[in-house]
Amino acid sequence: MSNDPTHQFLVNKIVPIEIGGIDFSFTNASLFMVATVGAAAGFLYLTTSQRGLVPTRLQSVSEMSYEFIASMLREGAGNGGMKFFPMVFSLFMFILTANLLGMFPYFFTITSQIIVTFALALFVIGTVVFYGFYKHGFGFLKLFVPHGVPGVLLPLVVAIEIISFLSRPISLSVRLFANMLAGHITLKVFAGFVTSLSALGALGIGGAILPLIMTVAITGLEFLVCFLQAYVFAVLTCMYLNDAVHPGSH
Amino acid sequence: MFVTAAYAQQSTTTEGAEAHDAAAAGEVHTETGVAHEGEAGSGVFPPFDSTHFASQLLWLAITFGLFYLLMSKVIIPRIGGILETRHDRIAQDLDEASRLKGEADAAIASYEQELATAKAKGHQIADGAREAAKSKAVADRNAVEADLSKKIAAAEDRIADIKTKALADVGAIAEETATAVVKQLIGGTVTKAEIVAAVKASAGN
Repeated sequence: MSNDPTHQFLVNKIVPIEIGGIDFSFTNASLFMVATVGAAAGFLYLTTSQRGLVPTRLQSVSEMSYEFIASMLREGAGNGGMKFFPMVFSLFMFILTANLLGMFPYFFTITSQIIVTFALALFVIGTVVFYGFYKHGFGFLKLFVPHGVPGVLLPLVVAIEIISFLSRPISLSVRLFANMLAGHITLKVFAGFVTSLSALGALGIGGAILPLIMTVAITGLEFLVCFLQAYVFAVLTCMYLNDAVHPGSH
Repeated sequence: MFVTAAYAQQSTTTEGAEAHDAAAAGEVHTETGVAHEGEAGSGVFPPFDSTHFASQLLWLAITFGLFYLLMSKVIIPRIGGILETRHDRIAQDLDEASRLKGEADAAIASYEQELATAKAKGHQIADGAREAAKSKAVADRNAVEADLSKKIAAAEDRIADIKTKALADVGAIAEETATAVVKQLIGGTVTKAEIVAAVKASAGN
């Protein structure tokens, strides 16, 4: 493979498809989206197929992820937010599985594509905006008018609130994308040092030990980041949904 | 756009060829790799390459939509059901346990009550038996005592009877003996009246 650290993010067509002059090819990214869905859904489906009253280890993993997201959403958005549980659960499981699958060597990381994370973030913000207006009408706009702000400062605060709201999809998507991208590039660079240094002979092999240790350590760190970013995405989704369920309460 | 697809395929084949070359010469490969990127994505950083955005969005929509459906229709009801069943079962078991405990308490209470009743009854029976035995013993003793005193009285009567009879006999014998003794000693006869008077006088001593 190439030593170029960005080579791993290249999208390659597997089955070229074109509809209406637009390229909808089945790419390696599409393949790993399918793999992510297959792995996550397959795991959840197979581990819970026993419906054991006393759960097996794997079944309790599925149950724990369910209860983890359920309590997160209940704390974040209250009981009114529980109707979004399938959405938050799907997002969390999808992102977590995609991140973890990306940790396999030679696997494609779909969450390292800005368009994918941006689409997911837009899906969240779109749901918030749509549900907010559907449920509260123009009362949803109270979201931008915090309580107890002096009249003089109000225009300024409202402007800040609107800007912060508009930046949410960007921050949400860039956070996930940048973390995955940077982590994979770092990993690739350090691993590249190992191969290029050890090609220099005995001294090089000795010198390659340090980047090798770094590679191992960063791999561990990346697994943490994989979980953490999925968690952060889900927590922020819960917070934003809280705005849609209870606008003007913050 | 057909051209693009064909072009992309061509570039894929060249990539394969390059990878093959790269095995021989790693240094050269990096350059050709960069060049290849330049061809495929007009030199932009791969994640920002907009040529595949439409395809990414479509496949993300398809796969995530499918995933969302699977989650909301199959997985979430299933796990929710499992958790609810467990929750219900635990609550049911707790209810059952408290019901059984109540039953056990009631059983203990009724047992203790019956025990107390039985004890009281036992005491009563024992007391009754003791009283009956006591009174019977008293009655028996009284009967025996009465019998005995009757017998004693009868015996005393007979003794007195016998005594008087014996005493009477003693008088007669003494008279006879005195008559004989007098006859032998004196050789004369003594009147019966004298003898009786003498016996009486000695008996009086």
